[in-house]
Amino acid sequence: MKTSYEPYVTADGRKIGDAMMDMRNITLRFGGVEAIKDISFDIREGEIRAIIGPNGAGKSSMLNVISGFYNPQVGEVWFKGERRPPMKPYQVSRLGIARTFQNIALFEGMSVLDNIMTGRLRHMKAGLLKQAVWFGQAEKEETENREAVERIIDFLEIQAIRKTPVGRLPYGLKKRVELARALAAEPKLLLLDEPMAGMNVEEKEDMSRFILDVNDEFGTTIALIEHDMGVVMDLSDRVVVMDYGRKIGDGTPDEVRNNQDVIDAYLGVPHGEME
Amino acid sequence: MSLNSKDDDLRSIPQILARNARVHGDKPAYREKEFGIWQSWTWAQAAEEIEAMALGLLELGVTSGDHVAILGRNRPALYWSMVAVQMCGGVPVPMYQDAAAEEIAYALDHSGARFAIVGDQEQVDKIAEAKESASNPEYVIYLDGRGLRKYDHSAMCSVADLTTKGRASGRRAELQAIIDGLTYDDTCIMLYTSGTTGRPKGVVLSNRNVIETAKNSCEFDHLSAGEEILAYLPMAWVGDFIFSIGQAMWTGFCVNCPESKETMMTDLREIGPTYFFAPPAVFEGQLTDVMIRMEDAGKFKKWLFDHFMDVARKVGPDLLDGNSVSFGDRVRYFLGNLFVYGPLKNTLGYSRFRVGYTAGEAIGPEIFDFYRSLGINLKQLYGQTEATVFITQQPDGAVRSDSVGVPSPGVELKIADNGEVFYRSPGVFVEYYKNPESTASTKDTEGWVATGDAGFLDETTGQLRIIDRAKDVGKMADGNLFAPKYVENKLKFYPNILEAVVFGAGKERCTAFINIDLTAVGNWAERNNIAYSSYQELSQLPAVLDTIQSHVNAVNKSVAEDPMLAGCQIHRFLVLHKELDADDGEMTRTRKVRRAVVAEKFKDLVVALDDGSSTIYTETEVTYEDGRKGKIKATLDIRDAKVVPTQKMAAE
Repeated sequence: MKTSYEPYVTADGRKIGDAMMDMRNITLRFGGVEAIKDISFDIREGEIRAIIGPNGAGKSSMLNVISGFYNPQVGEVWFKGERRPPMKPYQVSRLGIARTFQNIALFEGMSVLDNIMTGRLRHMKAGLLKQAVWFGQAEKEETENREAVERIIDFLEIQAIRKTPVGRLPYGLKKRVELARALAAEPKLLLLDEPMAGMNVEEKEDMSRFILDVNDEFGTTIALIEHDMGVVMDLSDRVVVMDYGRKIGDGTPDEVRNNQDVIDAYLGVPHGEME
Repeated sequence: MSLNSKDDDLRSIPQILARNARVHGDKPAYREKEFGIWQSWTWAQAAEEIEAMALGLLELGVTSGDHVAILGRNRPALYWSMVAVQMCGGVPVPMYQDAAAEEIAYALDHSGARFAIVGDQEQVDKIAEAKESASNPEYVIYLDGRGLRKYDHSAMCSVADLTTKGRASGRRAELQAIIDGLTYDDTCIMLYTSGTTGRPKGVVLSNRNVIETAKNSCEFDHLSAGEEILAYLPMAWVGDFIFSIGQAMWTGFCVNCPESKETMMTDLREIGPTYFFAPPAVFEGQLTDVMIRMEDAGKFKKWLFDHFMDVARKVGPDLLDGNSVSFGDRVRYFLGNLFVYGPLKNTLGYSRFRVGYTAGEAIGPEIFDFYRSLGINLKQLYGQTEATVFITQQPDGAVRSDSVGVPSPGVELKIADNGEVFYRSPGVFVEYYKNPESTASTKDTEGWVATGDAGFLDETTGQLRIIDRAKDVGKMADGNLFAPKYVENKLKFYPNILEAVVFGAGKERCTAFINIDLTAVGNWAERNNIAYSSYQELSQLPAVLDTIQSHVNAVNKSVAEDPMLAGCQIHRFLVLHKELDADDGEMTRTRKVRRAVVAEKFKDLVVALDDGSSTIYTETEVTYEDGRKGKIKATLDIRDAKVVPTQKMAAE
């Protein structure tokens, strides 16, 4: 198995480094159902890696394995050259992994600012008591965190809704707030679960630009699941294609686009030829 | 603020800046909200930044007479860059940031700008696109570097790099020599007019134009160093240059820049400007918001609001103008201020509003009176780029919604036989850049400038009233003055009416097309349980026609009050079955009706209005958003409006 890569620079000037995340022979079962069957792939530092596939292919399960939410029955997850043991969500967060959800998971009654602030949790060290009486470290931390959050608000151009309760926002903006919260954690690896589902063309363009900007400005490695093929092909450096829990393709967008198995999975094959 | 006697020697913006740094050194000069916090710079700090920029520009090779394009949203650093360019002897040329790349390309090519100072990546891209067809600018300086890291930096740098380079240059003496050499007749700025007719023209304004105008207008309204303004209107617009640079520099008041275009209303509330300018659309929008929220408010609150707004309408304008008001009314207004006006003004951001102007379009009298009745000193002015803004303005205590004021200090006014307004003032522009023909046709040898607007001086108040574009003003068959826009504006002040087109040049009687406003009328239909399935059906409902007819009758009554224009009353009208649309060529992209196109396209309807028929069947070609064409068919009712007999008609 390949464990190390030569770093290179992409045509548009981004540095792609060694493998950050390495999934080795992952199999995930829910009772008798095998959601993921013996899949291996890796995510390299600095790249945008897409996971695509038809409905029920196991994409979200895969993302949950990467995020540590699911623990595969078979296989190993390697992170930065070390084998990652089963973990609690907060431990995963401390490793520098953040995510957004397919169906938005924000605090509807809280303002945009407060929602993004929750993403700073791992950067808050002051104890409960200090926070409660607003003393010393707690005050200093709050100022620092607010500053970090304001930079993200500026970055994602959501200044106008800073104080608006999330519940009042349209869908496209909620998605952006969710991205903001994930970014607030200053992740090294950002997992996006269908960041563009249900958006109109303009919102998709905005979101694509933000994803590229995040990758470019902060050097954040990004793994995303997306249905919109056009978006995936434009954004990603490499693509994994899944179908019925199996990996049927892996490579650059061009390689994947010309892969016969992928074409069959997406366009279907006549009955007689099916296995 | 007493300014020292040396102020008369100030001959350029950089010299005024130096005075401000000396006199107002510790006073806030610029504020900008960034990362959720208002950052501020004193005059001394701003002067230091501007000098560093100028030194940097000198290093880059900006020399005397160079044009430098400025492109971006209102930010302190972009205002500074304009002054920095002037320090090097160059001419700043601000451009509309939302203009399309080809318009930018035209302005770049025409001005020959060697350098461009821009806001962010979007504008850098726009310049790059424009450069495909032009050879300039040679060098681009940007403010916000986001997304630009991978761009080729051989002919590009950030403002931060520029100031670093400037601070290290050690050419202060050289720069000071250039500043000392600036004269009153050197070019201060070049601004492109929006160009509704043909190509945009570059209006060249001298230091004299800008400084004299700033001085006069500040004295007119007693502006002091304590004013706060919000800079949110396009930097390429002459008004913003005069308010945010001319007047701000002259008096030393503080210029506040909003965080982004979307947060403007929040920022307005936080700053609470004392001196404010907005086009009528901003005031209209705010009033609509207030009214909608009051509709949704509880019964008691609604009653309180309605009650005290009646009081305000009755006594507010008089109090503002300093007229006598009975003690009882004063008490009621005081209570109203406590419960309604005060909180409302605070929400709108007008708590500290001392003086403000609206201009550009006619403002509805109800809207205008609403703000005045709250105690907000909103006034009107009339101006244009060629005049360095001010031609006429309203003095405190003599404010009316139907006129635009008395000649500004130093302005002479004359009305030509055809009604066109001419002016002469210290603010009159130097020339149109590289366009001597247009310069000659606009400005005569004695310095009188044609405004292109028709108007007259009100005999009782001495204020100017603008009735229409001079080229649209005509005569009716009986020799009466025909001013379509004057009547159309009156119609459009009704929320139910979106657009109106009045015909009458060379005719016996005036007739009109009306477009209903789908939002307002649709809302009314919903509340009254009136069903409709399309715009076309809604437009022809008898109840809707009745409402429109009542509006037309009311407008006729108001038009008849003016003997000069009484002949423009509308005798017959119809409500159009489709909205006038830019896609169909009936309007310009800035939503101005193309009179000739409409008259030609709906020829059959105009004929029917004139010949007395009561209905007309018509077919109209429409273009859908995707470019496909279709036909809509309709039978339209034509109605007679009530006309007030004028003196002349009564005598016949």
